Amino acid sequence: MRIALIGQPNCGKSTLFNQVAGYKAETGNFSGTTVTFTETKVRVQGQVVNLVDLPGTYTLAASNPAEREVFTYLAGHEVDIIINVIDAVHLSQSLELTLELLELQRPMVIALNMLDEARMVGLQLDGPGLGKLVGTPVLPLVASKGQGVRNLFVAAVRTAQEGVIPIRQAFSPDIEGAVDFLMSRVMSFAEPLCTEAAVIKLLEGDAELTKALKNSQPEMIHVVEDLRLGLQHSRSRQPVWVISGERHARANEIADMVTRQGERRVLFRDHLDNILLHPVLGYLALVLILFLFFQFVYHFGTLLEEPLLNFFIGMEGMMLSWLGEGFFSQILVGLIQGISGGIAIVLPYLMPFLFGLGLLEDIGYLPRVAFLMDALMHRIGLHGKAIVPFILGFGCNVPAVMSTRIMEDRRDRFIAAALATLVPCAARLSVVFGLVAFYLGPNLALAIYLFNLVVISLTARLLSLMMPEETPGLILEIPVYRLPTFRTVAGKAWFRIREFVVEAWPVLIAGSIVLSILNYFNWAVFINSLVRPLSWLLGLPAPVGVPLIFGILRKELSLVMLHQALQVTDLSTKMTSVQMVTFAVFVVFYIPCLATMAVLRRELGARAMALIASLTVIIAMLAALAARGAALLFL
Amino acid sequence: MRLLDVEKEKDVIVVAIEAGRSVESKLRQLGVMPGNCVRVLRQAPFRGPLLVLAGGREVALGQRIAAKIMVEEKPCESP
Repeated sequence: MRIALIGQPNCGKSTLFNQVAGYKAETGNFSGTTVTFTETKVRVQGQVVNLVDLPGTYTLAASNPAEREVFTYLAGHEVDIIINVIDAVHLSQSLELTLELLELQRPMVIALNMLDEARMVGLQLDGPGLGKLVGTPVLPLVASKGQGVRNLFVAAVRTAQEGVIPIRQAFSPDIEGAVDFLMSRVMSFAEPLCTEAAVIKLLEGDAELTKALKNSQPEMIHVVEDLRLGLQHSRSRQPVWVISGERHARANEIADMVTRQGERRVLFRDHLDNILLHPVLGYLALVLILFLFFQFVYHFGTLLEEPLLNFFIGMEGMMLSWLGEGFFSQILVGLIQGISGGIAIVLPYLMPFLFGLGLLEDIGYLPRVAFLMDALMHRIGLHGKAIVPFILGFGCNVPAVMSTRIMEDRRDRFIAAALATLVPCAARLSVVFGLVAFYLGPNLALAIYLFNLVVISLTARLLSLMMPEETPGLILEIPVYRLPTFRTVAGKAWFRIREFVVEAWPVLIAGSIVLSILNYFNWAVFINSLVRPLSWLLGLPAPVGVPLIFGILRKELSLVMLHQALQVTDLSTKMTSVQMVTFAVFVVFYIPCLATMAVLRRELGARAMALIASLTVIIAMLAALAARGAALLFL
Repeated sequence: MRLLDVEKEKDVIVVAIEAGRSVESKLRQLGVMPGNCVRVLRQAPFRGPLLVLAGGREVALGQRIAAKIMVEEKPCESP
C-alpha cells in the first residue's frame, strides 16, 4: 500500500513524515524546503506501507519544477490513499488544493494540522462537518508534537482498504457540461490519473496533458480547443482562471460553513516583526543575530577542538614511540589523523552550526531575511527568493543547489546555483575555523566570511550582466513565527551530522591513509609538482598540492590532509599567517566538492556543471591573490 | 491605482493583475486575486518589497510585482 502526503507549502507534511519515519526529510518554517519526494516504509498496525512525502504545492497546475513534482508523481505512480495535510489556520486557502485533489477521485483523508495554532488565534473548526461536505474522514493533528499521528494513519489505512471515493465538488453548469461532453468523447489517456481529473486539467489548458492527448487521440485536440474558446468567450476570462476562481469561491464557502472565529488573542509574536522587519532595527537585528551565531559556533568549536586535538596528538606520539617509523606505523598515523580530523577539527564546528541553522529555520526567520535583503539582491541582479539556496548553502551546497528548484526561471536557477556553490558550506567552515580562527583568531575568520560575501556579490553582478533579463520579482509567503521543539531541531541537526559521519568521515579517513602511503613512498612529490605552478603563484608551500587535489572529494580533507602533508600537528610551525589566509580563501572558492558537482549536473546539466566548476577556479585564484595581497599588507 | 502606491494599513480590493500567467497564478494561490481584500503592512527600505496581508496570510511582494497589481480603495466586508 502506498500513502502520499500532499499539502500546501509549510503546512507540516515533512514534520508529519519525520514523526513516523524518523528524521529523513528536511523541514523548515518556510516554503520550498522539500523539493523532491522522499519515500520510506513505515508500520501501521503491523502492516508495512510505503509513505511518500511530496513537495508542498498550492495547486496541481503549478509551474515551478518543485511544485510540479506532485502532479508528476500522481500521474506516474499508483497511490492507494492521499493524506491531504491542511494548515487549519488558513483553512480556506488550503481547501483550494483539497478541492483539486477531490477531482482525482482517489481515496483520501484530511489531516487538520496545527490545531494548537488555530486555537491560539481563536478559530474553532468543525472537522466532522467538513468531512461530510467532501466525503472524506477528517482527523485532528498537531504534527509538531506528534498528537493525532497514530489515529490519522489508522484512519488512512482503513479508508484505503474500504476504497471510499470522496465527493468532487461540482463547478457551474457550463463547465460541468464541457467536462461531461469531453468525458463522453475522450478515451482514457493519462492513466493512472482518472479521466475526469485529466479532462478538467485539459480545460485549464495544462500543457503536459494536452501533449499526452495529442499523442493518443490527436483528433480530440480541436474539440478541447473549441470548448476552451467557448468558455473564454462566455466568461470573458481564461478558462484556467474561471476554474480556479470557482474552486476559490467554493473553498471560501466551505470554510465559512465549518469555522467559527472566536476572540483573537494578541500574541508576543505579533509584535516581533515590528522589530525584526523594522527598516532600521531589522537590519541591526540581522547583523546581531548573525554575529551571535558566529560567536556561538566559534566558542563552542574551540572549546572542544583544543582538548580533542591534544588527546589525539598524545595518542599519535605514543603510537610512534611504540612502533617506530616503519610502514605500518605510517598507516596507523594516517588512520589516527583521519579519525581525529573528523572528531577534533570538523565536528566541533559542525554541531553548533547545524543546530543553530536548524533553529533559525524552524523559527521562521529565513523568509524574513529574504524580505529584508530583496532590495539588495535586486542590485546584484537576483530577487529575494534566491536567499533560500544561499542560506541553505552555509549548511551544505547540495541541498542548496537542489533548492533552486523553487525558482521558475532557468536563468535564475543557473545564477543562484553558481552563487550557492561559492557559499562556504559547513565543510569549508571547518577549514576556515580550524585553520584561520584557531591559529589567527575569530576576527580574521569573520573577515574571510565578509570577503566571501563581497566576492559573491561581484560574481552575481557579473553573471547578471552577462545574462541580462528582467526577473519578475519576489512573491514569497512570510510564515508566522513558530516556537520549534527541541526534538525537531536536534533531530534535524542529527540528520545532517549523520550525513557527515556516514558519508564524509570514511572518505576523510581513507584519504588520510592514502596520503600517508603516498608520503611513505615519496609519491606525493609527483602530485605536488603538478600543482606547483598554482601553489607557487599563491606563495604556498609545495606540499599543499595533495590536500588541494583531495579537497575536491570532500572539502574537509584539504585541512585534515594538510596536517599530514606538512607532517606537523601544529600548523603554525610550517605556515605563515599569510599562507594560512591565502590557503583558506582558495579552499573556500575553488571547485565545488564531488557531491555538489554531481547535483549540479543532475539539476542543470553537464555543461552548466563544467561552466560553474571552471568559474570557481578562476574566482578562487583571483580571490586568493587578492587575499594574499591584503594579508601581506596588514598581517 | 497600483498596489505599490497604496498607503500602509489601508484596505484595498484587488481589481486586476496585469502580469503573465505564472505570476498571476502564484499570486492567486497566495490569496492575491481580483475581488479579494489586501492590506499593505510594511515596506522594506531601499525600494524593497511590500509586506501584504491577504486572506489571513502575510506575503512579501517585490516592487515590480506590486506595480502590476491594480487595486481600488474600498473598505473590506470582513476583516
